[in-house]
Formats: sequence, structure tokens, C-alpha cells
Amino acid sequence: MPDPIRMRIKLTDGIADVRVLIGHPMETGLRKDAKTGELVPMHFIETVSATLNGKVVLEAQWSRAIARNPYLQFRVRGAKVNDEIGIAWIDNHGETSSAKANVPPSS
Amino acid sequence: MTYISNHTARIAALATAIALCWLLAPVHADDQPTPEQDHQRWLQHFAQRYPGARLDDYVYGAMISNPGAREQYEQIMEFPPFLGDIEAGKKIWDTPFKNGKSFSDCFPNGGRNVLGNYPYFDEKLGRVLTFENAINTCLRANGEKEYPYGERQQMGILTAYARTLSDGMRVNVRVDGPGALAKYEAGKNLFFRRIGQLNAACAGCHYFNAGNTMRMEIISPALGHATHWPIFRGGEELMTFQGRFKRCMEQMRAVPFGYDSEEWNDLEYFLSAMSNGLPLKSSVFRK
Amino acid sequence: MSWITCINTEPREAMNNLRRSLLKAATVGVSATVAYGVLAPLKALAALWPATAFEAKTIEEALKAAGVIDPVTSEAIAIKAPEIAENGAQVPVEVTSQLPGTRSIYIFVDKNPQPLAGTFEFRGGAEPFVSTRIKMGETSILRVVVQSDGKFYVATREVKVTIGGCGE
Repeated sequence: MPDPIRMRIKLTDGIADVRVLIGHPMETGLRKDAKTGELVPMHFIETVSATLNGKVVLEAQWSRAIARNPYLQFRVRGAKVNDEIGIAWIDNHGETSSAKANVPPSS
Repeated sequence: MTYISNHTARIAALATAIALCWLLAPVHADDQPTPEQDHQRWLQHFAQRYPGARLDDYVYGAMISNPGAREQYEQIMEFPPFLGDIEAGKKIWDTPFKNGKSFSDCFPNGGRNVLGNYPYFDEKLGRVLTFENAINTCLRANGEKEYPYGERQQMGILTAYARTLSDGMRVNVRVDGPGALAKYEAGKNLFFRRIGQLNAACAGCHYFNAGNTMRMEIISPALGHATHWPIFRGGEELMTFQGRFKRCMEQMRAVPFGYDSEEWNDLEYFLSAMSNGLPLKSSVFRK
Repeated sequence: MSWITCINTEPREAMNNLRRSLLKAATVGVSATVAYGVLAPLKALAALWPATAFEAKTIEEALKAAGVIDPVTSEAIAIKAPEIAENGAQVPVEVTSQLPGTRSIYIFVDKNPQPLAGTFEFRGGAEPFVSTRIKMGETSILRVVVQSDGKFYVATREVKVTIGGCGE
């Protein structure tokens, strides 16, 4: 069961600022397990997509050089209150996760 | 009185007599500064090392004199990568014991705004009790197994959440009575004492050389040390206050005293008293 | 490979004390998304993961494998990154491109064992802006390439990474 995807969305002048924190170890394969001394195998998110009302607005391809529990911030023009922002990822093991949130009113 | 035949022997006898008088004479209260006086001296000392620094900024440690570091801290703290750990801690905190009670029942206010009172001196037990001791007291009182003090996955993770319940509370450690004072003095003594193969005292870096660079690192001021635990080093590695004592003693090539040792509890007591009045902020990013 | 897409939620109740965020959070509502709708396009995109570019061991090879041709230095690419990284495992990097028709942003770390860190492609209203956190193994040039109107542009920034003796 993958770790959570946390999303925070702020709407200002028709632009939705989206900040995402994805739970994922993003293991490089170069780190040694402190207890066993063995190398922890590579395990990282390869592909991320972000959608606005189901339509793709951002596609990202990642390497293991993206940080653990990765952070992603992007902005979408023309977003309205209650529009749905979706995030989905797939990693090098083929594991996937996704989340959705609605654009809140401007504050 | 025995007649002492030669000059040297007489000097030696005189010196011994003086030493004995000094050792056996009662220590007057005005020989030692009070904890409040120590605190004032610390505030003055660090104000000189960091001219213009605001008191509340001491919680940022070495970053107080490093705007680039502080900026990264703020960027990362805005959405920290270790939120999962804090959430895991919340889950432990919220999970009831077998008897139906939970951690929040062991503390006033459900555990909110209590951390500033720790550590404190327990008269009956004659020892300093830290927040982690209180967690274990709670477990014991409710028929649950205590956590190993320095272990990360239970005590570390739990306190990563539980400590944040007091964010914003100002440190309010009390040193009342001779028992408490003795423990405070022991902690202070350790802070200023040279230890280990490097013959280094905590004070040598964190009091006298705070703000200077050593081993390519800016040294953090001891004022504020007690306010911000656990830290997440590199945003990832959870480290508690006593965990930091351990790492630092190892780096000074000294044998660490050990989690929940009298030495470390007294040191934590002293350092917390020196941070009185500063705002707590737990579970933070550090390099 | 799992067909099941996990829908993850963040609780609707107030954020924990730690957060005094400026943002009013949008909390995620539980949704019964059909796995197919999310997964198939994601897998199609994943099939395009540029393995050769990511596995390239030098900056020259990585640029070439990523298809970057004759990048022109541009001041219209703004890079926000620290001068000295606090920790090489979590280096905040923010890129804003003012080049019209910006299609993609590529982030390279010249001295990383594999220089290409990530690519970001924008469409359908996404601003040419991205912020993320990367790993840097040592002091290096951070190289940002932008593809705009079929041409490539580049801006660089040096980020120092030190391994100090103590930390804290």
C-alpha cells in the first residue's frame, strides 16, 4: 500500500498553485541498509502526471535523483473553484498511486 | 602540633591545611550564581556574539547567522518530507492502550502546551524527569511496556508528534530547592567540562565559539538548543536531543553516557533552563 | 504489476499544529475513480521514460540522449536554488521560464553519477514553472534546459554541497 500523496491548492487570479508531497523512498540503489550492510535496491518514481478535470497538464519523468518523499509544485492557468486536480505516479517496480483534490475558493 | 623540621615540609603542610579548609568549608549560597543569574549571563553573552539577534531566533540554531540556510529551512518546512513520520507518531499517540486509556490522559490539557515544563526535578524520586521519561511513566502506569528510551521507531516517532502539541509554548523549566539545584549544577558542570580524546567541552564550541566555523560547519549557540526536538537531519533522519548528545560525544571521541543516564538528564535539565522563555518548535528540518 | 489504483486521502480535519501554512489546504475527497481511467494513460507515459538519457553518465551524453540540440544561453530562465545546499539529499530547485511557448523543462546536475535528474512537460494551461527537491552528490553546476518553440535554451547555476563534520 503506497504512502499518501498530500496536496495543497491555492487559487489566485485564476491560477491554481498546486503543491504536492508524495510519500516514496526514492531509493537510489546506492544506500547501504544500516542494519544489514546490504545495498537497498533502487526504488523510485519514474513517471508523474497531473491533470485538471481529467486532462493532462503536466507530465514528469523522474530519475532516482529526485529527493525522498518528493515535493512538486506547479501552476495551472484557467482553473476554477471546484475544478479537480489529479496526481498519479508509477515507479520502477510498476507500483502506482493517485490522488485528487478540488480547487478551493480563493482566500 | 608536630614540629616540622624542614622548610619544604612546612610549606606542604600549610598548603594541605589551606586545601582542607577550602574543601571542608561550607559552600555559601552567594558563591554560585543562581540559575536565573546564569540565564541572564547567557543572554548577555550570546547577545554579544550575535549582535542584533532577536531572542526568538535562537531556536534556529546555527541558522541564526546564516540567511541562506534559513531560507532553505523555510522552503522545506513549508511542506516537510517527514510529515509521514509525524503522522505515524500521531497514530501511536491516538491509539488507546489495552485498558482503553491513551497518552493524552496522562498529561494535563491532553498533552497540549506541557513540553515547556520539561525536564523537571522530581523530589520524591530525587531525579530529573524528561518528557520521554513521562511517556514511559504513562505506559507503565497503564500496564503497557515502556519504550527503549533512545529508539527511533517508537519513542522517536511518538515524540515527533507529541512534542509538536506544545509548539509555541515558551520553555518554563523550574529549578526549585537544593535537590533540583544540585542536578542543575551537575548538568552545568558537564556542559563546561572537557571530555573525551579531543579534550573538548560542550561550552568550548557552543558557548565560547558559537557562530564560528569548525569542520566546515557553523557552530550553533547552546542558547536555544533545547527548543526544537526531534530534528530530521537532511529532512530524513530522525534525531532526538539525547540522540544528539550521543552523536556529539562520539564526534568528540568520548564514550557516550547513555540514554536516560543521570549525566544526560542533568545536562538536558541545565540546557533547558538556559532556554527558558524561548518558544518551542518541534520536529524540524536540519542539515 | 497491480491494476488497483490506490486512492489516497488526507483527512478533512484541521492540519496538525506544526503547520501554520499560508495556504488554505484543499483536502482530498475520497473518490471512486475507475482504475482504468487513471492507469492506462499513466502507463503509456511511463513507457516513454527516457532510459538512455537517465542512464547517461556524463553531462554531454545526457544532453545528447535527451535530445537537447545546440542550447542557447538564456536569461529568460530563472533558477532559484541555494548557493550552498544545507543537505545534498534535499536541495530545493525552482525554475520559471519566460520563454514563449515553453514546452519542457529539463533539470541536469552535471556532476551527479547520472546527470539528468528529471524532465517536466507542460500543456493545457500549466504555467512554465516547476519547483521540486533534488539530490546532489557534490558541488556541481545545476543545468536547466528549456525547450521552447522547438528550440533549446539553457541556464546554469553552481550549487555547493559540503559534507561537514557535525551538522546541527
